[in-house]
Amino acid sequence: MPKTRVGVFVCHCGNNIGGVVRVPEVVEYARTLPNVACVEDNLYTCSEEGLSSIREQIAEHGLNRVVVASCTPRTHEPLFREACEQAGLNKYLFEFVNIREHCSWVHMHDPAMATQKAKELVRMGVAKARFLEPQEEFESSVFPAALVIGGGVAGMTAALGLANQGIQVHLVERDQELGGLIREVRTLFPAGQATEEVLQPLAEQVRNHRQITVHLGSEVEDVGGFIGDFDVAVKADGQVNNLKVGAVIVATGAEELKPTGLYRYSELGNVVTQLEFEERFKRGADVPRDVVIINCVGARIPERTYCGRFCCTTAIKNAIWIKEREPEASVFVLHRDVMAYGVQIEESYRRAMELGVRFLRYDPENPPQILGDGRAEAVRVQHQLMGKEIVLPAELVVLTTPLVARDDNPRLSKMLKVPLGGEGFFLEAHLKLRPIEFSTDGVYVCGSARYPANIPESVSQAYASAAKASIPIREGVVRAEAITALCDERTCSACGNCVEVCPFGAVELQEGRFGRTAQVNPAQCKGCGCCVAACPSGAMQQSGFNDRQLLSMIGALAEEMTGGVGE
Amino acid sequence: MASESSDEGGNGYEPKILVFACNWCSYAGADLAGVSRLQMPANCRIIRVMCSGRVRPEFVVTALSKGLDGVLVLGCHPGECHYSEGNYFTRRRGLLLKNLLQFVGIEPERFQVRWVSASEGAKFADTVEQVTEQIRALGPNRPQGGMHSTEPGDR
Ligand SMILES: Cc1cc2nc3c(=O)[nH]c(=O)nc-3n(C[C@H](O)[C@H](O)[C@H](O)COP(=O)(O)OP(=O)(O)OC[C@H]3O[C@@H](n4cnc5c(N)ncnc54)[C@H](O)[C@@H]3O)c2cc1C
Ligand code: FES
Repeated sequence: MPKTRVGVFVCHCGNNIGGVVRVPEVVEYARTLPNVACVEDNLYTCSEEGLSSIREQIAEHGLNRVVVASCTPRTHEPLFREACEQAGLNKYLFEFVNIREHCSWVHMHDPAMATQKAKELVRMGVAKARFLEPQEEFESSVFPAALVIGGGVAGMTAALGLANQGIQVHLVERDQELGGLIREVRTLFPAGQATEEVLQPLAEQVRNHRQITVHLGSEVEDVGGFIGDFDVAVKADGQVNNLKVGAVIVATGAEELKPTGLYRYSELGNVVTQLEFEERFKRGADVPRDVVIINCVGARIPERTYCGRFCCTTAIKNAIWIKEREPEASVFVLHRDVMAYGVQIEESYRRAMELGVRFLRYDPENPPQILGDGRAEAVRVQHQLMGKEIVLPAELVVLTTPLVARDDNPRLSKMLKVPLGGEGFFLEAHLKLRPIEFSTDGVYVCGSARYPANIPESVSQAYASAAKASIPIREGVVRAEAITALCDERTCSACGNCVEVCPFGAVELQEGRFGRTAQVNPAQCKGCGCCVAACPSGAMQQSGFNDRQLLSMIGALAEEMTGGVGE
Repeated sequence: MASESSDEGGNGYEPKILVFACNWCSYAGADLAGVSRLQMPANCRIIRVMCSGRVRPEFVVTALSKGLDGVLVLGCHPGECHYSEGNYFTRRRGLLLKNLLQFVGIEPERFQVRWVSASEGAKFADTVEQVTEQIRALGPNRPQGGMHSTEPGDR
């Protein structure tokens, strides 16, 4: 057997790691570890430069184990494994050490402790790496259908994206109608198109598509399984329908914040949200003459720090809509800043000003006051440039509020085993590199479920998620990680503990070369390792997580206590 | 400059705690704590396993007998294990193991099992904080049997 030669690559991640952990110290320390043949630090190990350096060092130093100390295997393991493979090294000879999420980011004020911890984590990683073995992956088939949860613009677009490739889609919508939030919206920025012009053809295509089954008035009750083989229970009218799909797209959107307690909303009938404003005039109410729009209501405050992203645009759209119908109307937009990003939206902003919409900045410390008894009659606001209070007449006050995450996101997130961010929206695997995927394989996200997104953004994300979800479905197979259990028949005593604990019925006692022993069916084994923990003789092991590897990590961690090398 | 004192605990010692975290929930929860920049004590070292049910009692005993101050096993909430029932084994095994530790003279509090989901970054940080303080309060672990004798204050 060739001598074990470990290469260690320590990432600065720009300043993310290097700003806290003293990387050069970790590098020097790693050089002293057993079997380490080369150590290098990289500004970004995941950059092309970092990756090619891994490949070069494998060749130059004859490395047969690679350890990268950087971020999390949940996002970056595939990338580094691929680099190893490209250099001819079996990708299971790679070990990941997390010194960012689990170290520099959570010990930002204690560089000494963080550096010490990083060294120990590297020591543990190297210890495990020494016992890694090459593995072959097992292929399993992908059920050729997809589930899309949510029938708004995002969900419908994603469903069409898949169905037009010939993939069977189940679209589950809780309401009795397709369309989502924009059903309530009258016209769409930036072009001022009627919503129906966009929504109707889209919904029509979805309803008529041969490959799409629309489940209206339905909710997802339960999801089990893995990429390629999800079991989904959909409930409608108390009846449960079981579906099998290979991939899942979350497109459940978001809700407009109802700002109870702010600006006398819900106390005064003529203080409404943007969505309520749109609904009113969709139903044909008279165009009001004096309107005050207040932006950033319930957004960018300590309890809800984010920006609603398209709320300013909605305010601009509706201000223009009033002015175009009632040029004499007085329309004020009270704002904190105007986010009119992109070419067309900036154009609308300018057009609104040309039409005579007045934009006034207010101070969140001294917010506008709604005046009036029983109904809003005027709004008092501190004019920041004039340095004095002014009173604006108001027949209608419109509050621009952000979209907020749906209440039942936690339930769905648990079912699908995908995370939510601090604000309750679904959290993608990586903001930049994997923006519409979760780290759980086979589950994708698009539209406002992820973060407030306008229609063009929701549509692009929907295309992207459909494209991503179609990859495993069209390939027809996924390669399961080679982390399945394996029984050493020579030491198995056929006690059957493993058979009892396996949640998947993957282990059976069978007659073989060494008499009656446990045998694992790799197609059914999902790699949890429960049988390994239950095996009294140590015959059952899990690839990539065998006892020797894990005990060597424990030994390495306890080194200072025991005064010796792990194993 | 941030303070670099690493010896703040009242009794002047920093416990060393081994954590097993399942890939699907708790490891992801730890990642989320990181992404959210939640600050926490630097005493825990995580070993990633696919499921908390993979943690063999022997690992816990080995770690404690080698002198590590505590072992924390983290898994998905009951009923939410990625493999359906792995964490039920963890729970049952954990109870038995606590009895065993007491029997061999190791404070059972040195071994803990907690549930942290992928969306509970804050719970992960709180758990690390709590468990670190509990184990700090127990003082250094001095395994019996002279396997690895540790003189008081020799760390
Ligand atoms: C006042 C206002 C004005 C706007 N104006 C414009 C505009 O002019 N131009 C523009 O581009 N954008 C506009 N938007 C933004 C637009 O509404 C969003 O871009 C769009 O709604 C995002 O679509 P979506 O499919 O992601 O989510 P949604 O439209 O929210 O759709 C989600 C769907 O999922 C369903 N659902 C939710 N949970 C479940 C579940 N658990 N199971 C089954 N189904 C579920 C919901 O019932 C809903 O039908 C406006 C938004 C507001 C609030
Ligand atoms: S996968 Fe988390 S406890 Fe089983």
